[in-house]
Amino acid sequence: MIAVEGVSVRFGGVHALDDVSLRLGVGVTGLIGPNGAGKTTLLNVLSGFVRPLAGRVLADDGTDLLRMAPHRRARWGLRRSFQQERIVPRLSVRDHLRVTAEHMPDHDVAASVEIALERTGLAAVAERPAATIDQRQRRLLELGRAIVGRPRVILLDEPGAGLDPGETAELLELIKGLPAESGAAVVVIDHDMTLVRGCCTELAVLDFGRLLASGPLEQVFADPEVRAAYLGSSFEAGRAL
Amino acid sequence: MSGEAPTLAAVAAAPRRRRLPGGAAVWVAGLATALAAVAIPSLVSAFWLSACTAAAIYSLVAASAGLLYGRLGIVSLYQVALLGIGGWVALRLGTGTDVPFAWLMLAAGACTAVIAVLTGLPALRFGGLQLALITLMTAGAAEVLFLTVGFPNGGSGFLGIADSSHHPVPMRRPSLGDTNPAFFRYALVVVAILFLVYWLQGRSRSGRAWATIRESAEVARASGIDVVRNRLFALALTGFGTGIAGALLAASIRSLLPGSFSAAQSAILFVVVLVGGAYSLLGAVIAGALAQLLPSLFQELGLDGNLLTILFGVGLLVTFVAAPRGVAGQLKELAERFGRSG
Repeated sequence: MIAVEGVSVRFGGVHALDDVSLRLGVGVTGLIGPNGAGKTTLLNVLSGFVRPLAGRVLADDGTDLLRMAPHRRARWGLRRSFQQERIVPRLSVRDHLRVTAEHMPDHDVAASVEIALERTGLAAVAERPAATIDQRQRRLLELGRAIVGRPRVILLDEPGAGLDPGETAELLELIKGLPAESGAAVVVIDHDMTLVRGCCTELAVLDFGRLLASGPLEQVFADPEVRAAYLGSSFEAGRAL
Repeated sequence: MSGEAPTLAAVAAAPRRRRLPGGAAVWVAGLATALAAVAIPSLVSAFWLSACTAAAIYSLVAASAGLLYGRLGIVSLYQVALLGIGGWVALRLGTGTDVPFAWLMLAAGACTAVIAVLTGLPALRFGGLQLALITLMTAGAAEVLFLTVGFPNGGSGFLGIADSSHHPVPMRRPSLGDTNPAFFRYALVVVAILFLVYWLQGRSRSGRAWATIRESAEVARASGIDVVRNRLFALALTGFGTGIAGALLAASIRSLLPGSFSAAQSAILFVVVLVGGAYSLLGAVIAGALAQLLPSLFQELGLDGNLLTILFGVGLLVTFVAAPRGVAGQLKELAERFGRSG
């Protein structure tokens, strides 16, 4: 779906990303690594909020996404959620989804909003102001904004933050179903290995801005370098932390 | 979360809920405007009618500044300067040509919109402090220009300034608003129309986009919203409204004085907008009244008008501490409480 080629980002003297190359295809790819590894920076590069020093991000159709403004990338189909949900208190849940859907090309806005409401389970609170919904619903709304319309690539930055294990399990099922429902490539950043193991088929590990490993989930989990750098020696492949 | 997701066709075929156009607030506002148009000219003296006309016009300027801040987070410190620019264009056309008043108003609005956009353009990508400072410096530059050039008064040439050997030509009024009471009604209708435009904007696609931008420009961009274009549109729309207000002001008092459009006036107006309530059009009406009726009251009472600056400063402090949504927000809360208890 999209290929990240040799992307480097520096913040002052710090290499936030160092020559990272990665292919994101249809399916759910987990992006993991310790704090400060460059995960969110990579998402910010993809969505246009950080300009890389070098590298390209090519779509299958040959489009270089780095040449597009952030809002144009979103309209192209590259969508994302944020670590901290930022809602407009007075806007209803429906209007939050509508405002995104309205800016996407070639689709039925009302129908897309209804579908996103159903998929996220927010239909019952659709008319409520966003200020009045709970934390779980806010996380779902954040996810809903990323999936409404016709996304091609969905970037989810810690979608399970603040959720309890039961809620995380529900979210996991929802994320797992996204590629089949929308045909999109999904990238998930999360520290919760239950979520990552439960919904991802591919995994990429970043450490100090460098890509440590990428490939099928179990293969990466079994990589000794990954275990040493991030997962720890106590981690058992095939079992969540 | 979801069970089975509905198909696009199934959702599209489902019956949609119908909503009545507009809300009760719009009908109440329309009724209040009609009442004011009928009652005020017959109830108040010429002095107070003139003050009420100015208050109506300034409420449009306040609504423009409030729209920028309340809906988009833009601090505009040049709204009174834009009012002067609209007035300047109107005076130039009104004293030097036979252009019908309605066209003259539109021209004043259009020219002011262009200037508002051009001056804001360099800082649009940043917003926040940069844009606020640029608008303030624009207000300062406009003040210097007004003091240097003056306002047109029927003279010849591009500037239209008459020399001392010619009598200044007063600004003409629309045929529908030739007398003071008629002009009050005319101004009220024009202001009401622009309020309606502003209200509709808040409920439109762009209104929702502005609300998202105000909360987070990053989220807005990730939602496909062109933040720069929306800010540009905001400056154009509010510049247009303020330019129209400038034309009305010029026609109301027949001539304009440079000292009325200082950068300090722009800053004070922004304060008054916050005190009145930047998040609603009712707040703009209150701000217009505070900006124009209070000085008239002080004048009637023989008080120093400069005291108002202190009064507005205290009002701003109270707003920050106790009423962040201004007087309009307080009134809304009161009405809601009254509604609940009733």
